[in-house]
Amino acid sequence: MVVFISRYTTDTLLSHSTVLHSKVNIMTEYEPTATLDVRGQNCPMPVVKTKQRIDELDAGVILEVLATDPGSMSDIAGWADTTAGVELVDQEEGDDIFTHYVRKTEQ
Amino acid sequence: MSTDMSQTPDAEGEPPSRAALEERLVALESRLEKLESESDDQRPKMSIIATKGTLDMAYPPLILASTAAAFGYEVTVFHTFWGLDILHEEKSKELKLSAVGNPNMPVPNVIASLPGMDRVTTKLMERQIEDNDTATIAELVDTSLEMGVEFQACQMTMDLMDYDEADFYDGVTVGVGAATAIQDMADADIQLLV
Repeated sequence: MVVFISRYTTDTLLSHSTVLHSKVNIMTEYEPTATLDVRGQNCPMPVVKTKQRIDELDAGVILEVLATDPGSMSDIAGWADTTAGVELVDQEEGDDIFTHYVRKTEQ
Repeated sequence: MSTDMSQTPDAEGEPPSRAALEERLVALESRLEKLESESDDQRPKMSIIATKGTLDMAYPPLILASTAAAFGYEVTVFHTFWGLDILHEEKSKELKLSAVGNPNMPVPNVIASLPGMDRVTTKLMERQIEDNDTATIAELVDTSLEMGVEFQACQMTMDLMDYDEADFYDGVTVGVGAATAIQDMADADIQLLV
């Protein structure tokens, strides 16, 4: 397989690893108003389904995403960081469950 | 000071007139506005060329395409040769894997090349995909189509392999060739050949 990767991809990968090591900005007051259950689904589905669900919601809504894929921690953080109109509010790591809170900031 | 300053704003030691500067400012502002509006409605683009149709090699283009779409990319995937099987509704559900010539698989080539071994290898991989909750190829194609990914089937290889538009998933673009792929790649921010 021959793969050409542009500089853009490399930058994106770098920013993902930065997200991995940075402390997630935790806001104290938020209330999720919609829930997405992607438990039992693996890469790339948690990110893809989150994007699809976010598109259906109104601005201001906080979406709670329930996932079992450990990779969703960095994937959803990276996605929210790179994508306009969304903001990662919080991420929680429980026993075999990863919960993400994503706010839709723009319509 | 000379009186024809506005005519020769660049003349040595002669500062341009206020009127000439204002005119230039207006021209630059409108140019900036135009450029900004052009870049605003331009979503980033990704162009993938998918040439392989084995069970393992069908995944990378689909995973990257659907993920890029989630990131807001406008994605086109140009399928050619065995890559067409990924878009083939029936064949995409029975893509095969071979351990022959694949040193990553724990089967010696001399055994892997026996009749029926590809089916065994494929079954093992399919079971692993299921146990690991990995999406199937059909699920990834459907999801990508929902996300607005444009799948293109190379007309020349379609004819070569005797495939028909009806064989493919609904929404697949046919009647495209290398020129379309080149155009997409030229416009794209990310280009991949898988």
